[in-house]
Amino acid sequence: MTTVQETLPAPRTVGLLLRRPRATTGLWSWLTTVDHKKIGILYGGTALVFFVIAGVEGLLIRLQLAGPNGTVLTAAQYNTMFTMHGTTMVFLVGMPLAVAFGNYFIPLMIGARDVAFPRLNMFGYWVFLLGGLFLYSSFFLGGAPDGGWFGYTPLTSTPLNQGFLPGRGPDFWAVGLIMLGIGSVTSAINFIVTILNLRAPGMTLMRMPLFVWMMLVVAFLTAFAMPPVTAALLMIIFDRNFGTLFFNAAAGGDPLLYQHLFWLFGHPEVYILILPGMGIVSEILPVFSRKPLFGYAVVVFSGIAIGFLGWGVWAHHMFATGLGPVAVSAFGLATMLIAVPTGVKIFNWLGTVWGGSLRLQTPMLFALGFIAMFTLGGLSGVTHSIVPADTQQTDTYYVVAHFHYVLFGGLVFAIFGGLYYWWPKVFGRMLDERLGKLNFWLMLIGFNLTFFPMHILGLQGMPRRTYRYAEGMGWDDLNLLVTLGSFVIAASVATFLVNVALSTRRGAAAGPDPWDGRTLEWSTSSPPPEYNFAAIPRVGARDDFWHRKYTEDAQGRLVPLPAGGADAATATAGSPPGSGHAVGDGHGDGHGIHMPSPSYFPLVMALGLPILGYAAVFKNPWLAIPGLVVLLYGMYAWAIEPATAED
Amino acid sequence: MTDAVIATGAAHLDEHEHTGTGLANTKLGMWVFLASECLFFGGFISAYLLYRGRIVEGPTPREVYNIPFTSVTSFILLMSSLTMVLALAAIQRADDRRFRIWILATALFGLVFIGGQVYEFTEFYQEGLALSTNVFGSSFFVLTGLHGAHVTAGIVWLLSLWAMSTQQKLGAADAERVEVAGLYWHFVDVVWIVIFTVVYLIPT
Repeated sequence: MTTVQETLPAPRTVGLLLRRPRATTGLWSWLTTVDHKKIGILYGGTALVFFVIAGVEGLLIRLQLAGPNGTVLTAAQYNTMFTMHGTTMVFLVGMPLAVAFGNYFIPLMIGARDVAFPRLNMFGYWVFLLGGLFLYSSFFLGGAPDGGWFGYTPLTSTPLNQGFLPGRGPDFWAVGLIMLGIGSVTSAINFIVTILNLRAPGMTLMRMPLFVWMMLVVAFLTAFAMPPVTAALLMIIFDRNFGTLFFNAAAGGDPLLYQHLFWLFGHPEVYILILPGMGIVSEILPVFSRKPLFGYAVVVFSGIAIGFLGWGVWAHHMFATGLGPVAVSAFGLATMLIAVPTGVKIFNWLGTVWGGSLRLQTPMLFALGFIAMFTLGGLSGVTHSIVPADTQQTDTYYVVAHFHYVLFGGLVFAIFGGLYYWWPKVFGRMLDERLGKLNFWLMLIGFNLTFFPMHILGLQGMPRRTYRYAEGMGWDDLNLLVTLGSFVIAASVATFLVNVALSTRRGAAAGPDPWDGRTLEWSTSSPPPEYNFAAIPRVGARDDFWHRKYTEDAQGRLVPLPAGGADAATATAGSPPGSGHAVGDGHGDGHGIHMPSPSYFPLVMALGLPILGYAAVFKNPWLAIPGLVVLLYGMYAWAIEPATAED
Repeated sequence: MTDAVIATGAAHLDEHEHTGTGLANTKLGMWVFLASECLFFGGFISAYLLYRGRIVEGPTPREVYNIPFTSVTSFILLMSSLTMVLALAAIQRADDRRFRIWILATALFGLVFIGGQVYEFTEFYQEGLALSTNVFGSSFFVLTGLHGAHVTAGIVWLLSLWAMSTQQKLGAADAERVEVAGLYWHFVDVVWIVIFTVVYLIPT
């Protein structure tokens, strides 16, 4: 190892225009950081801002539909709202929040000091932020996207001058999504390499925490699902701007090709969104039940099975397009099949909770809420595999109810559980339990008030994506209830924000291990030092940290181990902060550990993309030149600059 | 702090260090990226295949393709994979002079291929096939054009490696950088084998 290092070339001193950033605090340190934990916080904070924006869009939709003949929004504004609500929630909230947790906790959970490509990590974040800003800049620059989050052709692909959609919305949407796809694929590659290559000694694949496993599956799904939609979006851009005929039926083009390519991405995307939630819940349940995860291997393999089967069900989004009986039956069967590994997981979670010594603190409440709500969403999902029923439900509020039970009742509940669970680790302070419980109950009640009646409305035939409905359809009361429920959800999110503000000011110090955790991230201080672990841990078992703290007596009862783990075992909620160092860690303060150095160039390179994006939207080749210059300068300076500064 | 601790600290972020898969980080990352690219090209290849029988007006593939010409440029592109392998072997032996010869040859073969593509596009256009003529024109030009863009990016990459070598900034210790570039280059060649077979050779 050391001999290899000696043969490395001498330090390269190249004029890069920008000198290596040195700030370790303040704005510049955040702009140039390559620390996976800081990047994780950036992802999470940015995604939560977009979550509030998407929430406001959802509330506007609900205000419009609170009663018949709503007048809050015009039809065009309504189209914009549901398009941007969906696009934002999927690409700017769901995916980046999972990446936020992954960024922060994958290296900590596998005993690594950082991700495999720290600068690529930062590039991914900048592309996400700039892509989001690019999408939202459309509101001021010629029309926000209004063709739905799915952007079906030929609605979105017809050229501007003959278009059904006024304005440049589809261009902003297609270019913005390609950008966000680039960011997602880079972070997926980073996660895959990190998880496969950087595990601490002894951290075999089957000892990895479930969250890491699920993020590995998600990373593969992301890497393979984004390219088909990128191809489809490029075809839209070519059709709209360069006269190609991909989706022009009169010239032999086939709009259904778009739907196939989109849902070939879109269905794996559903699992990209939900599997991180399943991973988070699989971490929370064992800790708060004080039992190992029931059937670890089965949960891992059913996660992988979902990852594979997720590729064979996309056409169930297209049952109403006339695919023919054979295709429809095959996809219906595959859809039933994918419910099996999902159901297996639900039973494993129940088995984990069963007979445990439960502590019903806020993370656990959200995890249990996840199981219940996700099961309901899964059950309505199975009804979609019955093709005749699905044909009836297509484009009604029944579908809206279904996917909100999966994505809100599933993903968002898990995300909030994860936020309460890991907040003390990330910020060193506890969130308030009473406000947390209020947050949970408001969210559970508000969520069910909002989305349960939609099942009934849908079965009564209320169509989705329609900006108003007439009186006397029998939909008035339920719609009012739904709107009231949506404001209860808003109140619960506000409770969370209040909780965060209070915690920052006077939250109890967390200590390294407030929940008596099982995985490696709890073995280091809260927040962890920049280098995570002063000494790379050596892993001897699944839930290694737990086994350092506890053993079992002859009757199978837990017995705290006196040595090494004792200080962690007493570090429960509310106790003074720990020494700030890993349990059982004999090494010093991490002095001499070389971490990758901060860099400007991921930001510079990412800045080239929105410039190129505007060039594409406005068909302005002159704008492409500065875009390319910035992109290439960032790329070359990045390649030449050594990852770690010589000091 | 002893040197040993410094070494273990830095080593974890060092690409030459032992990894879980035994593959260097950059190489594994490139493999995943290339796998992802397969689906990108797959989208456009399926569009081409779907549309080949649906030409409403304008030239058909048979009327414009010049198979002997494209076979020659395809052969040259495939030969560039051979010179790429020779370039990698040279830099692994620390033979900078031969490395520069072979890497330039690789870039040159790539340029010949791109020149052939420009010629071919011009010919087709003069025979009346444009992006907006029919679905064949749309799907053909976008698919092969995107492949050409990938080859062009590869040529820029190869020439950058060559420039670094002339300034003594690329030695045997950096052979992995060349290997990763080589992976990309071979991938672009393999994709062309698929495109040439599916798009040009299999009759409608």
